[in-house]
Amino acid sequence: MAVIYEKSKGLTDAELHYCPGCHHGIIHKLVAESLVELGLLDEAVGVCPVGCSVFAYNYFSCDMLEAAHGRAPAVATGVKRTHPNQAVFTYQGDGDLASIGAAEIVHAAMRGEKFTTIFVNNAIYGMTGGQMAPTTLIGQKATTCQSGRTVEQAGMPIRVAEMLATLDGCVYAERVCVTDIANLNKAKRAVKKAFTKQMNREGFTFVEVLSTCPTNWGMTPVKAVQWLKENMIPYYPLGVVKDVEITEKAEVR
Amino acid sequence: MAKELWKGNEAIAEAAIRAGCDCFFGYPITPQSEVPEYMSVHLPAAGGVFVQSESEIAAVNMVYGAAGSGMRAMTSSSSPGISLKQEGITYLAASELPCVIVNCMRGGPGLGTIQPGQGDYFQATRGGGNGDYRTLVLAPFDIQETVDFVQEAFDIADQYRNPVMVVCDGLIGQMMEPIEWRPIPKRDLPPKDWAASGRRGRARHNVINSLYLDPESCEELNQRLTVKYAEMEEKETRWSAVNCEDAELIITAYGTPARIALSAIEELRAGGLKAGLFRPITLWPFPEAPLHELAGSGQVKVILDVEMSSTGQMLDDVRLAVEGQKPIRYLGHAGGVMPTVEEMADAAWTAWKEVQQHGGHL
Repeated sequence: MAVIYEKSKGLTDAELHYCPGCHHGIIHKLVAESLVELGLLDEAVGVCPVGCSVFAYNYFSCDMLEAAHGRAPAVATGVKRTHPNQAVFTYQGDGDLASIGAAEIVHAAMRGEKFTTIFVNNAIYGMTGGQMAPTTLIGQKATTCQSGRTVEQAGMPIRVAEMLATLDGCVYAERVCVTDIANLNKAKRAVKKAFTKQMNREGFTFVEVLSTCPTNWGMTPVKAVQWLKENMIPYYPLGVVKDVEITEKAEVR
Repeated sequence: MAKELWKGNEAIAEAAIRAGCDCFFGYPITPQSEVPEYMSVHLPAAGGVFVQSESEIAAVNMVYGAAGSGMRAMTSSSSPGISLKQEGITYLAASELPCVIVNCMRGGPGLGTIQPGQGDYFQATRGGGNGDYRTLVLAPFDIQETVDFVQEAFDIADQYRNPVMVVCDGLIGQMMEPIEWRPIPKRDLPPKDWAASGRRGRARHNVINSLYLDPESCEELNQRLTVKYAEMEEKETRWSAVNCEDAELIITAYGTPARIALSAIEELRAGGLKAGLFRPITLWPFPEAPLHELAGSGQVKVILDVEMSSTGQMLDDVRLAVEGQKPIRYLGHAGGVMPTVEEMADAAWTAWKEVQQHGGHL
């Protein structure tokens, strides 16, 4: 009997705790498959965040470190600088990366740390129960902006991929989503490209994945995908934000 | 071996390199900036990694990553910067990651001053981070001890899989003294087979973590740590007692005030008061039993605790150890002001006269 599909060796047998319709499971699978296909699983060290994907260390079968909230890029810096031949990645949500860990991600990108960040943007704090995130859209309801986010109260949402792309140390930034097969394939290509450029020692690589949170958005999984397409993609456009071979050097003369 | 003249902070960095420190992550702050400066030049030359982090928070988390992947990792700072590292220190302790953290203490609270202080005793020994954890805290009182302790700290950390702090006040960091590079005691160190540095053929994946949502599992972690801390208390407690055998007055002090107290007890003895110095060398574990025993001996009439702290912080541990057996008096300076020999001697005489007048009552 021919095996036509099997679970990636990059994942353990642990049962995922994610809510129905959440995209974390799909994104885990893409990262795991990419590591296996690039022959990097045995070399990989992952750093997981505080947030819904806090248990990622139970799901990925490579070595893993659990970081304090927002500090994953600093932890990954400590791993990668001392283990330059390993494939190092952080897996972070929007509260972790864009709010409490904003300094760590900006400076890791500035230094051109040679690791890959998978940034899962679902525009809300999931684990703590649906509070407003820096990426929550204007008008989007959350438990700490119950009539919808306003510019006056919270400012405009942050576009992290575009922000990091302004830094020379960031050599690759792409925004993807996993709402359908075509986008899923694009997302996987982006993840593999990021790891490939990391292993080529080009610089910091970043993949932002737009994701649903049906539970905290208060929608069915199907409705959540539709909402993502209609609301998130217009503000967070998909595609390559930055892809350079060699970073320009600014030197003091 | 020949003596060499070294500045405290540079000696700290050199001692770490000699101890096989693989990587250093730090952020500038007075009065410890010579540590990262020295490291930036000499650690890469020795094959190690130096990164100037964006913050103290990032530095201690870089230590977490490097230590978690099996490296000998170090960071250093001074008081306000050590405050920022507290989150990282509780994660390091909970995940049982060995590392060395140097605090070149300055006066506080808040931004305080850049002059020497000892106001971080509680922070170091009680833990400024959340939860029940301990860091072993070594408190040298000269540069020779500082270089010895920094080297030993890496081995102690590896032996117990626990963060080790070396706390010296800004004076030790900034002054120069002759030292010898002498060998440190050998320890039997376990392999770091728990490190998350890539499986590379290993059957199972390693995980560095401090999250235990199941309450029984979290209590199990706490119990395991408690057993480890008890072993550290039993095996690693250090102190020094000078002229205590016949002493009627005991000065308790650590770090620079203990150094000053050596002169004070000489002066007191010359004046006819038999004074001794009891100096905790590990602030945690605190040498509770030996101080208790000393305080209980018949000839000791009074204890004078001296710290560069306005309220007295080690004073709490002195009280707990003495357990009311003898009266305790306190002399404290803060904000970067150091006690003088004369002040200590005066405070000792005052304490002595008080207990004479009140017949030794508390």
